[in-house]
Amino acid sequence: MASPVARPPRPRGFWQMLDQVARDVAPGALTVALVLAMGIPIGLPAQHGVMPVPALAAVYFWTLYRPGLMPPLAVFAIGVLSDLLTGAPLGLHPLLLLLLHAAVLTQRRVLTRQSFLLVWVVFALMATAVLGLGWVLRALLLFRLLPVEPALYELALTVAVYPALSWLFVRVERGLAAAE
Amino acid sequence: MIRLSVPLRQAIARLVLPVLIAASFGLMLLGKADTVLAERARAALADLLVPVYGALSRPVGTVRDAAAEVRNLIYLHSENARLREENERLRRWRDVALALEAENLALRDVLHAPAEPTPQFTTVRVVADLGGAYARSALLAIGPQHSVRKGQVALDRSGLVGRITEVGGRSARLLLATDINSRIPVQVERTRTRAILAGTNAPRPRLQHWTEGEAPLPGERIVTASEAGAFPAGLPVGIVREGRGGVLEVELFADLDRLEFVRLHDFGLSGILPPEQVTRPERPRRRGDG
Repeated sequence: MASPVARPPRPRGFWQMLDQVARDVAPGALTVALVLAMGIPIGLPAQHGVMPVPALAAVYFWTLYRPGLMPPLAVFAIGVLSDLLTGAPLGLHPLLLLLLHAAVLTQRRVLTRQSFLLVWVVFALMATAVLGLGWVLRALLLFRLLPVEPALYELALTVAVYPALSWLFVRVERGLAAAE
Repeated sequence: MIRLSVPLRQAIARLVLPVLIAASFGLMLLGKADTVLAERARAALADLLVPVYGALSRPVGTVRDAAAEVRNLIYLHSENARLREENERLRRWRDVALALEAENLALRDVLHAPAEPTPQFTTVRVVADLGGAYARSALLAIGPQHSVRKGQVALDRSGLVGRITEVGGRSARLLLATDINSRIPVQVERTRTRAILAGTNAPRPRLQHWTEGEAPLPGERIVTASEAGAFPAGLPVGIVREGRGGVLEVELFADLDRLEFVRLHDFGLSGILPPEQVTRPERPRRRGDG
């Protein structure tokens, strides 16, 4: 899909090119940093291993507002990193994130004009669908029925931290827009 | 850069997403078919990330200590009363333990029983707490000339934490006892009833498959069993509790939410190893330690 946002002509010089590259990879790098940050042992008493999935929020946000900066290849790479890091079945996160990416792409024309609340609600619905599919796939791959509770906690946490992550992403997005 | 016509470029752009989705399925099959590959990839990534997490551990430790300090201040009064009571109780237990030790030594002397071998252990730092809803593992930073092996058991200061599942050049992955893939042979300390401690990803793992008619009772102490030689026997695990629906669960002694250091015990037991480990002898690690 072609990017609907008109891009300024590509700069010529080396430093300008470097600057452009840095801005192009910023969303992906931020997402990777967030995924890695989930592994930092903070020692929260209620953690019990259940952490939000920041990759879902990141892929959702950037696909919605800047699809050019969150290409499918970046989504795939973030997914593979998540799998290797968390010990999930290989290929699970790339699939889930790409499906989310594809789903957002089909709806983005409508969604970008909506209020934050509605965008959040749609994120909650999509996250439910994606994590639900993840639960089914894990059960199939492990050949075992898995408990539902941890998945529900994970979903609740992911939806709950979306506003905070969205706030962060909006800051970064404004920074990128100002630089262009 | 090769200049492509606009329609062709658009066609390629439209193809990328389906191709990558197919690639994800391919990865899934590959991961299922070749577990060693996935394991090596995970270990390689862990080796790369351990220095990053290690560098972060100092500021994170400061934050964690500050949070613990605040918590201590809040619960100062009740904690003090609890400790006073516990101290009283432990004092009595100490007398009992000393008397029993003396008696044990005397009896051993009479029987000429060989002394228990002292277990060898190394202490390593936990640098990352990884996992999501369905995986509970921790990343350990180990030195380049380590002797950490797959299958070793890890304990924190109060009890069993889990066992090593992957070993890289300077990192190792520790599968926690609460992980859904974790199965640990245990026994009731008093009755020696054998059972399996199965992780469910909930904070308390479940007890399964105990000997018929000898169901463990809530409140009994659970220790590891040397069943099949996979685990050294007698390491403290936890206390039996009755969960919802009468399911027997174990409250672990170890504090899995605040792991900082773990002891890796090497009892020289090989145990049940996955087939790939048996057919493929351990490669010597010589890279970087000249």
